[in-house]
Amino acid sequence: MAIELRNITKTFGKTRALDQVSLTLEEGHIYGLLGNNGAGKTTLLSILTDRQLPDSGQVLIDGLPARNNDTALGRVFLVGEQNFFPDDMKVKKALATVPLFYPSFDRDYAMKLTRQFGLPLKKKLTALSTGYSSIFRLILGLSVNTPYVIFDEPVLGLDAQNRDLFYRLLVEKFAEGGTTFIISTHLIDEVENLIEHTIILREGRVLRDAPTEALTDNAYSISGPAGLVDAYAADRTVLTSRSLGGLKTVSIQGRPDEQLPPGLEGSRMRLQDYFISLQEAEDAAQERKEITQ
Amino acid sequence: MPFQGEKPIFLQLAEQLEAGILSGAYPEESQVPSITEFAATYKINPATALKGINLLVNDGLLYKKRGIGMFVAQGAQAALRRRRSEDFYHDYVEKLVREAKNLGLSLDQLTELIQRGYYDGN
Repeated sequence: MAIELRNITKTFGKTRALDQVSLTLEEGHIYGLLGNNGAGKTTLLSILTDRQLPDSGQVLIDGLPARNNDTALGRVFLVGEQNFFPDDMKVKKALATVPLFYPSFDRDYAMKLTRQFGLPLKKKLTALSTGYSSIFRLILGLSVNTPYVIFDEPVLGLDAQNRDLFYRLLVEKFAEGGTTFIISTHLIDEVENLIEHTIILREGRVLRDAPTEALTDNAYSISGPAGLVDAYAADRTVLTSRSLGGLKTVSIQGRPDEQLPPGLEGSRMRLQDYFISLQEAEDAAQERKEITQ
Repeated sequence: MPFQGEKPIFLQLAEQLEAGILSGAYPEESQVPSITEFAATYKINPATALKGINLLVNDGLLYKKRGIGMFVAQGAQAALRRRRSEDFYHDYVEKLVREAKNLGLSLDQLTELIQRGYYDGN
């Protein structure tokens, strides 16, 4: 069982929002979808859920083509910006309505979560603050029990305490089994340890698609006196380098050595640092290309 | 120089569990929290939590009771203390001596500092 994207291309005018994107999201994992603004994350998710049509390519959900297919699309729930409830509907009524569209929705659990998050039941959806609107949608995502649940920037406007609560609830829900989660976010540090698999989009293309651990195990940073660092880095793949006076720090793509030459200090890279290094390396490569053209 | 820096999260979890066994927070023959509890508390993927816990299972510090959960093995505390004493030389003494040499301290001066630390420290 899996969601498969096959050669998805989508253009808006002259912009290629997605360029030949192929991905397989296997069931039973938590995926992280990362990318800078404009990388194509939201377009990808709208196509995946059939809210937008690709120019070419196909989406399969557990083997079924997603296009106009309620059976296939009913297996996926996208928690995003949009609200499909009437504006004047109150929270309580909205939660009572969801099972009509998603029979697996656990209303008792949703009600329990409204108490945990302190979401007011009698307020109209449109009267909720940004934070509470997010909470309302998160509760839908945690209670809907479809095989695939996608969160697009789930914690927007949430305070630290509620973000913490959300991540814990997400882990508990995932541990119950039966749900595959896909989280699209800019807050990489907060999800690094949750996402088993990381997909990095850049300018409509898949830049990385690998187990998170494989990505962070295959990069490291080295710092020390500039001369020593340069000598060490000479025959290695350098992603980025920074100098602070005579001290130089470079991030390197590859497996770290067990022993480093004296005078150098090595450290693991966190996913966010790796992500930024990778983007900077791509920016630099693009600049070089533009200059030579 | 050895490679340093932040350890992978599954190793950090394993170390915390070991520290809990050493301190008696998880007594021998008592049940430790479930994978889900660890994962939710540390906000990490359950697969990562399992990987960390399995390190202790493989070392014989934890054992599984089918259908019930994970328990601290008899003798786990003593085994950990033994292992930590062995690690102590590599993790602390070697580093201490290296740093002392960097600073140009003599063996006598270092010994004096250790004695001061031993009697003053709590």
